[in-house]
Amino acid sequence: MSDPVGYLPVAPGSQPPLDSPGYGSTHKRHPKQAPIRIAPTLTESLAPKLTERDYPAFADLSVHEGHQAQGERIIVGGRVLDENGRPVPHCMIEIWQACSTGRYHHPLDTHDAPMDPNFKGEGRVFTDENGAYRFVSIKPGAYPWRNHRNAWRPNHIHYSLFGTGFAQRLVTQMYFPGDPLLPLDPVFNAVADAGARDRLICGLDMDVGREEWALGYRFDFVLRGRDATPMENPQ
Amino acid sequence: MSKLVATAAQTIGPYWALIEHPEWADLLRAGGPNEGYAKGERIALSGQITDGDGAPCVDAVVELWQADPEGDYEAGFHGYGRSRCDAEGRFHFTTVKPGPVKGRGNATQAPHVTLSIFARGLMNHVSTRLYFAGEPLNETDPVLAQVPAARRGTLVARPTAPGAWTLDIRLQGDNETVFLEV
Repeated sequence: MSDPVGYLPVAPGSQPPLDSPGYGSTHKRHPKQAPIRIAPTLTESLAPKLTERDYPAFADLSVHEGHQAQGERIIVGGRVLDENGRPVPHCMIEIWQACSTGRYHHPLDTHDAPMDPNFKGEGRVFTDENGAYRFVSIKPGAYPWRNHRNAWRPNHIHYSLFGTGFAQRLVTQMYFPGDPLLPLDPVFNAVADAGARDRLICGLDMDVGREEWALGYRFDFVLRGRDATPMENPQ
Repeated sequence: MSKLVATAAQTIGPYWALIEHPEWADLLRAGGPNEGYAKGERIALSGQITDGDGAPCVDAVVELWQADPEGDYEAGFHGYGRSRCDAEGRFHFTTVKPGPVKGRGNATQAPHVTLSIFARGLMNHVSTRLYFAGEPLNETDPVLAQVPAARRGTLVARPTAPGAWTLDIRLQGDNETVFLEV
């Protein structure tokens, strides 16, 4: 059996540094030593098989125990690809977000805004054979977070994705087009490359939405890809 | 030739518990993907995650990924778990001890599990490995060999009771854990 093929190097500026001074919580939590780069072994190149049998899907966050959540109903859809443009089928995507007023269904969230009892804010979907996914939700609200003077997070949805190798693991946030809070947000702006930031913003897509029912937004995820050329010795 | 660039990571934030399923920390749970799994030695893995002040990271989450007792990732054992940190910043997994895993070339890797840490204040997750103290294969493990000897101990769990192993993770500062990237 041949050795696992290496992953493509991270494009400069495309990932946020762990030391991101504008985001206060990073100060005491970012490692100060550089990580040690290793050549991928089976450990990094394989990933758990996550299936709907063990991890049931729930693709409609807009209804909780039969009751409709308040707010602007949305459909989010797109594809999961790797850096070589290949679709990632059967990819598990976990989704979590605030309700339309900017409250999380979580005891630590003490923001003084009405909590929607019909919005729990948790979802889970799997991509199909073509790497496509889709879910229904409510557009999340902005909320304050005390990072700096009058700090508010822009509207966003959190995602967690598993690829075919554990090295592809991705946790990220999706933002909405035209949000005036984006230029002020240190989490979004921790990504140095403007193109990489723009790719965290979904696009309004009238083909994703449903007439007289919900607006649609398109968002594609890209997981790390394998290098076609043999990796150099990392030592 | 690469056509696309991987999506930027963003912090998991403080509210990831919305996708928390505490039972996932027990890989051998009833009703789970490994229900009835009888091979290997059952073990408990735990550790405390602390920040640059030595304060416990009570809102962190740790993911585990490992091979089965024979060192195989694809022979039926579901080697994935997730544990939140408790009020003392400790994670707790119940699993089976992994076996030696085939390495690159003709190498053999010592038994190990991958631990990935996600938290508020981590813009991207950090990953490390947990090895088991006293394993003869640790001496020849190709990944441990890449770690300077003085820091190697940050990857080696010690036994605290029969079948119980602990490895603390220091995100920053003295005795900072060695993190790995591919």
